[in-house]
Amino acid sequence: MCSKKDEMKKKFRVVGTRPIRPDGIEKVTGQALYGADLHAPNMLVGKMLRINEPHAIIKSINISKAQKLPGVKAIITFQDFMEVSTNKTNDILENCLANKKVLYDGHAVAAVAAINSEIAKKALDLIDIELEMLPFVVDVDTAMQKGSPVVQLGRKHENVSDDFSDNVTSFCSFGHGILEDGYKNAAKVIERSFKTPSVHQGYIEPHACLASMTADGRSDLWCCTQGQYNVRAICADIMGIEESKLRVTASEIGGGFGGKTTVFIEPIALALSLKAGHPVKIVMTREEVFKATGPTVSSSIDIKMGMSKLGIITAAHAVIRYEGGAFPNETYELGAQSAFAAYDLKAVKSEGYNVLTNRPAQAAYRAPGAPQAIFAVESAVDELCEQLNLDPLETRLKNAAKKGTKASYGPTFDEIGLIATLESAKKHPHYAAPLAQNQGRGISCGFWFNFGGNTCVSLNINFDGTVGIIEGNPDIGGSRASISQMAAEELGIPLERIRTVIADTNSLGHNDVTDGSRVTFSVGLATIKAAKAAKKEMCKRVAKLWKIHEDAVIWKDGYVLPAGPNAGDQEPLSLKEIAAMSAQTGGPIAGHHEVNAEGAGVSFGVHLVDVEVDPETGQTKILRYTVFQDAGKAVHPSYVEGQMQGGSVQGIGWALNEEYIYDSSGKLQNSGFLDYRIPVASDLPMIEPVILEIPNPGHPYGVRGVGETSIVPPLAAICNAVSRATNIRFTELPLSPPKVLSAILGKE
Amino acid sequence: MNKIRVGVSVNNDKIEFLCSPEDTVLDVLRDNLRLTGTKEGCGTGDCGACSIILDDKLVCSCLVLAGEVEGSEISTIEGMAIDGKLHPLQQNFLKHAALQCGICTPGILIAAKALLERNPDPTETEVRYWLAGNLCRCTGYDKIIRAVMDAAAEMRS
Ligand code: FES
Ligand code: FES
Repeated sequence: MCSKKDEMKKKFRVVGTRPIRPDGIEKVTGQALYGADLHAPNMLVGKMLRINEPHAIIKSINISKAQKLPGVKAIITFQDFMEVSTNKTNDILENCLANKKVLYDGHAVAAVAAINSEIAKKALDLIDIELEMLPFVVDVDTAMQKGSPVVQLGRKHENVSDDFSDNVTSFCSFGHGILEDGYKNAAKVIERSFKTPSVHQGYIEPHACLASMTADGRSDLWCCTQGQYNVRAICADIMGIEESKLRVTASEIGGGFGGKTTVFIEPIALALSLKAGHPVKIVMTREEVFKATGPTVSSSIDIKMGMSKLGIITAAHAVIRYEGGAFPNETYELGAQSAFAAYDLKAVKSEGYNVLTNRPAQAAYRAPGAPQAIFAVESAVDELCEQLNLDPLETRLKNAAKKGTKASYGPTFDEIGLIATLESAKKHPHYAAPLAQNQGRGISCGFWFNFGGNTCVSLNINFDGTVGIIEGNPDIGGSRASISQMAAEELGIPLERIRTVIADTNSLGHNDVTDGSRVTFSVGLATIKAAKAAKKEMCKRVAKLWKIHEDAVIWKDGYVLPAGPNAGDQEPLSLKEIAAMSAQTGGPIAGHHEVNAEGAGVSFGVHLVDVEVDPETGQTKILRYTVFQDAGKAVHPSYVEGQMQGGSVQGIGWALNEEYIYDSSGKLQNSGFLDYRIPVASDLPMIEPVILEIPNPGHPYGVRGVGETSIVPPLAAICNAVSRATNIRFTELPLSPPKVLSAILGKE
Repeated sequence: MNKIRVGVSVNNDKIEFLCSPEDTVLDVLRDNLRLTGTKEGCGTGDCGACSIILDDKLVCSCLVLAGEVEGSEISTIEGMAIDGKLHPLQQNFLKHAALQCGICTPGILIAAKALLERNPDPTETEVRYWLAGNLCRCTGYDKIIRAVMDAAAEMRS
């Protein structure tokens, strides 16, 4: 049979090397087209009117003055949209454009399309809005209390206790074993409360789109998104058209990290375009990005944990409260599920709540829900180690989850790499390096589920022996390269002969959003299978040509050859030769694969960090940072390292600086990069990546997703390091200089 | 609307444009001249995505009014590769995988070029401080710093 031996392939020719990415030249010369880079003839500029109040009833919207302004072509409000089919889509639409109430500072109430941005801005000023202010709530703990202002009525699920306000929409609980028995067997039990702020993904490219919609519903949408198919599904539902009528093309994307998995402006641009009869482009300002797109949840978490003298965690309990803004979401579940995933525990329970507040609707942010919960758990583990005088790395090794461990959230783990990453950290010189005064070392484990999901890939063998791959997930950080590499590997041809393009929604079947670290895994898997299908067809063609049975030919390193001496002594035929003959042997050759991929394989990482805290200023400096992560198989190691480094630095920002700051009137105080400070080059040392490869049994080449785990450990690793450097246990992020300084001064 | 007529050289080409008094150089580059390689990340001088070289000075083009650049020389990312040959910085960014999404890349390349023109042998710390005005959210800067250092070494030899 064709391609049988390939399954067992151990040595790779292309996978594991570091070629130049195929979309590189466009991106270093400024030719690549991102969301805001497209212009259409006769294009209008769209702008949104946003209200800078946290909570108010919209009494009236008067657009008559604005409509009369020359150059204004269309104005829309929520009333211009028809009813949508699901609660979920309605939430998305109401987040784009407020219906009866303004729910957060920055919520939009109207949109204008005009011939230029000057006129559009003037028109916004001419729209009269009458509001009735309502009391508001932005803090998670306050929002849960009875008597707190209620953001949206009627969203509470049945399983939520009546002791809470109506802002508490959902509850979940996971775990096994008897906690009380575990606490009895502990040498030490601690109970701690933790808080993490809401932080923004901080992609450098603001949301942008260009829409064109005609009266018969046929429409085109160009936008920066992590998932063009999801954009199509949401927008088609909102606009009341069939999906086939709406073609969505994903531009190059300037970062997403989860934040570009939903829509904020796309349906608005479509509706404006329909009304005006022109293409409409909307580009968000940075302030709009901060105020009205989705930051991650803020949290308040309680941990109770017991540990034996030898360092065994005897029982652990987490209560997780996530605030994700004005609309319900499921991030609390991911938090409750991931909290204790790194440990093999006899008695464990994690409970999660979702809470509504007058803040923008949260969106996914790299491993959504996991960093907050794991920050709390890893901080508690570290404090117990300190109190019981135990080595924090050895202790984690003693409790580490492994193959066969029943995870706290239900499943039993297959091959996983946690122990290997911990062992690798233990052996690394970083762990034994000396520390000076005011310095501390922190460690934390991290975890992410990884997803597979719906995926389509088409692979065409061109007549000249080159190969075109069509896939449906935007290239967010080198995936064209890794997908081309896997195809080159499978087909046994040089990488340069392959070109991978990203399809619009009408050129390929459905693909799930680029999220859950799914692309290299799922699209890679589908690409390999599509290549196998093409190889099978090529074997068939050659067998026909040689007039022997299909089973009598085999595929080897880019050639079809007779399977053995009985099959004849024909000269092997290369892919290029077979391609050249394809018109004569039955027509063009292609392979394709469609799958709802499973077996993504969970991912673990361990981070080590050394910090120095300045006792005079409270400022924390990162001195050394090492990341250990299981990649299954690193297809393009440079981009795997990039994921490990980039995620770590986002986590460093979260731990040390980043936070949404609301004032006493419920308004966001830092909606720009000056006051919302993400890490800059001079804040950081090199980030050393150590890739481990524990093959994922669910992928032909052993690949696991690597994109998200790296943002999980930095929060606790840094907090543990700062706590050890200062001898003060911190439980609230960010560890900004004023906070650390006041704790230091308080101790003295 | 009173438009202003402005003559400049962009990447060594003499051009003229009409702009409104409130238009920035970034607006004109992107919207009038369709040179969209220069990016807008914030519009307030905080991200460096819009970096250009204006008469030998590295500036954020979102902070410079287009009406005030009459007679000046502007270099943008589109002018960095000469006759299709990539600048050593561009080559090293590719070699080191110093870009993930690539939206910060034009600004960082322009800023790094301005650094190497002043200081052909910068230390790691000097590179980090020089690029502190250019935000990158994807890479954690590690590979960017290495690419700049290697390009500098290559250009010295
Ligand atoms: S766009 Fe000019 S500095 Fe950000
Ligand atoms: S590569 Fe994405 S912001 Fe720098």
